[in-house]
Amino acid sequence: MIYWELFISFIQVGIFSIGGGYAAMPLIQSQVVTKYGWLTMSEFTDLITIAEMTPGPIAINAATFVGIRIGGIFGATAATFGCILPSCIILSILFFVYYRYKQVSTLQSVLGSLRPAVVALIAAAGLSILKIVAFNGGKISVINIHWLECGIFLAAFLVIRIWKKNPIIVMVCCGMVRVVLGSLPSFTVFTDL
Amino acid sequence: MTEEKRKILIKLFFSTLYISAFTFGGGFVIITFMKKKFVDEYHWLEEEEMLDLAALAQSSPGAIAVNGAILVGWRMGGLTGMITAVIGTIIPPMVLLSVISFFYAAFASNYFITLLLKGMQAGVAAVILDVVCSLGSGIIKNRNIIHIIVMFSAFFAAFVWNINVIYIILVSACVGIFMELWKRKNNHKTNS
Repeated sequence: MIYWELFISFIQVGIFSIGGGYAAMPLIQSQVVTKYGWLTMSEFTDLITIAEMTPGPIAINAATFVGIRIGGIFGATAATFGCILPSCIILSILFFVYYRYKQVSTLQSVLGSLRPAVVALIAAAGLSILKIVAFNGGKISVINIHWLECGIFLAAFLVIRIWKKNPIIVMVCCGMVRVVLGSLPSFTVFTDL
Repeated sequence: MTEEKRKILIKLFFSTLYISAFTFGGGFVIITFMKKKFVDEYHWLEEEEMLDLAALAQSSPGAIAVNGAILVGWRMGGLTGMITAVIGTIIPPMVLLSVISFFYAAFASNYFITLLLKGMQAGVAAVILDVVCSLGSGIIKNRNIIHIIVMFSAFFAAFVWNINVIYIILVSACVGIFMELWKRKNNHKTNS
């Protein structure tokens, strides 16, 4: 049953995404794209783009987006509920442990060692998005490189890395640059969709 | 339910709703907003308590915003407080994304929207890899050899060998547990 599958799948996202935000991204990808094929990698990339633009946690955004597309409003509810259920249980236990013992350090030292792995997983997810961008989701070969997207990526990366501009503004600018260049007749020759 | 408790629950609901609706950019931003609201404005929590709750919210699984709401909810209104705070937190993203996903099919087939999304995808890749550079250089600067090895092997496992993310996280957690045990054993030896 689809609601149950959504629920179980997002419970796993809820349990294993430690560190918030981007950390949830590789897990959502592994459940939604790799395991169940609910979204294509290119739809997933759109989802991350949308999630970046809108407020709220990526995991909840993803649960709603995938849930609605697979199972309507009930699908969205099942996925979102699955996503927050592990948090509700784990954090409620921790809440009582904390106020009884006021001891957070052991938990932090063990979970702290997860950080490098989480960084690596974010890197892998980021690179698979870059792969979609650079090859337009197609075959990976030199002939298939989309230079315009690669150029936009490099420019955006430098602007964010060096001048530390607001990421959302940079993203919107990237989108607009692409629309303007794509609308110019001379460019559409190189970069047909 | 007493009048006072109802007032707190209403305040809790609207403040979590507000925080969730207006914070772009993930967990760390949310924690700052929560501190402003609950510590500075309502004086519900001490600053130190808020920092401890933030540490718990950040080091536990799940979305940081939801985790923070659960803790503050329990603290202010017990079980009903927790449920109120969680609902307040998830309503804004649920409503927004529902609307967007209804329009997504029409959106995605529009030529200009496709171009816009393509350009923004390039931007997203840049944003994510920028975050990776900052976090990754932080870990390399710490010069903890085991952490660096974990980072690179996790990367190859995920990106090159396509190993399931959940296994990678479990193995890394085990590495952390063994490191902790080993440290304790050594401390024990030097003490005795």
